[in-house]
Amino acid sequence: MSEIANRSLPSRRMGFARRHRTAGDWTIVVIAILVGFVIVVPLLIILINSFKSPTDYAHSGPLTLPANLYFDGIVKFWNRVNFSQKLWNSFLISSVVAIAAVLISLLNSFAIGIGRVRGRTWVIILFLVANMLPQEALLYPLYYMFKQVGLYDNVWSVIIIFTVTQSAFGTYLLSSVFGTFPREVLEAASMDGASRWQILWRVIAPITRPTLSVLIIFFFIWTWNEFLIPLTFLVSNANQTVPVAIAVLQGDRIMDVTTTSAAALLGLIPTLVFFLIFQRTLTRGITAGAIK
Amino acid sequence: MGSAVPFVRQRRATRKWEDESLLPGSGKHGSAGFWLYLVPGFALFAIIILIPLGWNIYLSFTEWRGIKPPIWIGLDNWTKLIGDDKFWTSFSNSIWMIVAMVIVPTLLGLLLAAMLFDLIGKKFGSRLASFLRATYYLPQILPIAVAAIVIGWILRPENGALNLVLKAIGLGSLQHNWLGSPDTALPSIMFVMVWVQIGYPVVIFMAALQRVDPELYEAAELDGAGWFQRFRAITINIIRPEILVVTLTCTIAALKVFGPVYILTRGGPGTSTIVPSYYSYSEFFTNQQVGYGATIATTLSVVIAVLTIVFIQVQNRVERSEREG
Repeated sequence: MSEIANRSLPSRRMGFARRHRTAGDWTIVVIAILVGFVIVVPLLIILINSFKSPTDYAHSGPLTLPANLYFDGIVKFWNRVNFSQKLWNSFLISSVVAIAAVLISLLNSFAIGIGRVRGRTWVIILFLVANMLPQEALLYPLYYMFKQVGLYDNVWSVIIIFTVTQSAFGTYLLSSVFGTFPREVLEAASMDGASRWQILWRVIAPITRPTLSVLIIFFFIWTWNEFLIPLTFLVSNANQTVPVAIAVLQGDRIMDVTTTSAAALLGLIPTLVFFLIFQRTLTRGITAGAIK
Repeated sequence: MGSAVPFVRQRRATRKWEDESLLPGSGKHGSAGFWLYLVPGFALFAIIILIPLGWNIYLSFTEWRGIKPPIWIGLDNWTKLIGDDKFWTSFSNSIWMIVAMVIVPTLLGLLLAAMLFDLIGKKFGSRLASFLRATYYLPQILPIAVAAIVIGWILRPENGALNLVLKAIGLGSLQHNWLGSPDTALPSIMFVMVWVQIGYPVVIFMAALQRVDPELYEAAELDGAGWFQRFRAITINIIRPEILVVTLTCTIAALKVFGPVYILTRGGPGTSTIVPSYYSYSEFFTNQQVGYGATIATTLSVVIAVLTIVFIQVQNRVERSEREG
């Protein structure tokens, strides 16, 4: 048996398999491409209809290309919600959270993964549980607390909350990464007289930078996409994030059919840009998280 | 999408850790000084997570409208919950969310991942395979609120794309107020969730498939095993840990669904699309029944916690039997 298997191997290496595409193979490729098409179609529909005038839409329906490029819907929506401000809010919240959460994860994981403090298993379990909790279980107390301290309807309330929830995940992940940190490197650094604090920032952080940057990107995108907490905490127009601003305006009077489509398009674009920039990191990160 | 996967093999790893710090010369105090590094993170954690969590549980035993101090009412909220049809509807709708976010995406994801990895990657080049994978994954990266708005736009009642297309191809009789009628509102939301979710298992499973030894496959092929037999006997077995993880994380996500319901239907028409998280949200902020909202939120947390514990047990058992077997 194994002999036969061995003999069949070279043929595959030489690329014979590639040439033997049966009708069945082609059918499956066509199916796979069709599935991809079905998944992308809603986005394409949004794309073409965002550049149509409402009359164009009424005449020619949703599937044709725009008769001529019409930017009024996008412009109307952009000005109405002051979209640049929403972009800035989302960007500010997401970047501060991403960096702060990674810093806190670093400190926590230094104690847990390198320092191996007693009771660390419980600390990790605690952080993990926090990760799974539905946000509703914290929502009202947080709402009340932030109202009391005057941070309600302030981007900092959202920044603080997400820094904590994201760093709970970051601590979990980084602790196990640090747990396998090469001991010799640490010994050498410590022999050279570096203090713990110096070792953390000058040795561990630079060496684990690839992991840290994946975490930053993930935290940024996750925070950008959050909905419930920004919806609850950022009520005034000036503070809203992109997803909240778009959701809140659904059903508004100014929202004719193609303006609504334009609104959705404006919500899609930033994440599509992140996706294109970070596609590799993202795929690597998602799978690394799963197999870890 | 928060598709972090924090559940794999943590236990074994922690057990392996010794109690000694990795840093030598930590002094006679051993790892004691390291606690200092936990202080900022832990203080924030206590304020943002632990205190609100405990407070929320306390609130489930009170009546509170958010202004005057809460009134202790014992188990009243909990007895009300048990007799509350709307609450039970919300959880049975959660089961439909599990169908849409766990069962369908996992099954389809297995199939698609196997197709991409086995056949398309090998016979048509890995470029096409990774391009298709990225395409499937696209909806995953959208903010869930925006994903819901995209589908909601297509399903608009009077001039939505779907209704217009149906009319154009002569199926005008099938036109429907998709999100506004009780019979199609829930399936519409389920459709949004399948669309959003499908790419996640594909990406995870494709990575897992790289562990499958091609020789094993070829041997089975020569033994006359058909594609499906190989798929069942080899593929599923080898990527079982990932299947478990995907099932768990997606089930938790399904129980937490909020955005699409808030945006598309607000739980309606009637209670046809109500889910626990939206129900508690509306009790908090629409009805000002904070105590009752807290009761629903606590129940949801307990369900998720129990589920996680069960899953981790199952996973440990699977791992143990794999190591022994």
